[in-house]
Amino acid sequence: MMSPLVSPVLFHVGSIPIAEPVVITWGIMATLTAGGLALRRQLKLVPSSTQAAFELVVETVDSQIRDTMRVDPAPYRAFIGTLFVFIFVANWSSLIPGVTPPTARLETDAALALLVFLAVIWFGVKAGGVGGYLSTFATPSPLMIPLNFVESLTRTFSLLVRLFGNVMSGVFVVGLILSLAGLVAPIPLMALDLLTGAVQAYIFAVLAMVFIAGAVAEAAPESPSNERTPP
Amino acid sequence: MNWIAAVSIASAALAVAFGAIGPALGEGRAVAAAMDAIARQPEAANTISRTLFVGLAMIETMAIYCLVIALLLLFANPLLK
Repeated sequence: MMSPLVSPVLFHVGSIPIAEPVVITWGIMATLTAGGLALRRQLKLVPSSTQAAFELVVETVDSQIRDTMRVDPAPYRAFIGTLFVFIFVANWSSLIPGVTPPTARLETDAALALLVFLAVIWFGVKAGGVGGYLSTFATPSPLMIPLNFVESLTRTFSLLVRLFGNVMSGVFVVGLILSLAGLVAPIPLMALDLLTGAVQAYIFAVLAMVFIAGAVAEAAPESPSNERTPP
Repeated sequence: MNWIAAVSIASAALAVAFGAIGPALGEGRAVAAAMDAIARQPEAANTISRTLFVGLAMIETMAIYCLVIALLLLFANPLLK
């Protein structure tokens, strides 16, 4: 059986091997970008039904950010929204026959978790300056510096393992059932996979929001709008 | 098959089996508590279910860690190289 930890190499560009998840990721990125551009071209004041549906998505992302972070969603909408939409589409790309979701591979998830790690630093520094962000490691007391430092690394790692484990185990189980029981048997499990995929995309986005909100609220505590509340 | 492979397979199964017990009990308690809270305060259902989902994902991660360890033992075992 194929190991779930290695990605099959499809072809080489020069001496660089191009693996399957890279191709699928670029496909998803191209689809999302082209879809977004095409949709932007026909924006109207009185929305068509497609535009209304996508406005609903943006509204939902906004309200989730507002509920979770208790701040104005505008600075975070692009990052959190893109993260959610990309992971959601990637998880559901298993609906296309022959496509393994790129999130079922360790490397894609590592890249996404790294993005969240960097975004926490970026938004933290933007809110309170370098000193303000670094001082968040010393809250509530300087004794906590090693613990806070380790926490910022381990929570990134757990973000990565959570997404990878959930999506990969779904793909893996479907493969197992398919090889044991035949063609239609894994359909209920695939439906469960779609649910897990949606929930995991949501969880990933919410956790990114919680981490960013924590860094922002601690880096700039004097601002009253940055009151930190648990999700 | 040498004994390292045999022990690896057995411990992969054990890791998943025992690693699933704790998160299963924890998730059961979390869902029960959330149901209780929603029944008492239906107007807070949105907040409660959002927190519940995040919490469940956190708990579930423990079982996923065990699964990853099991897969490492089966597919990327450093002792078998």
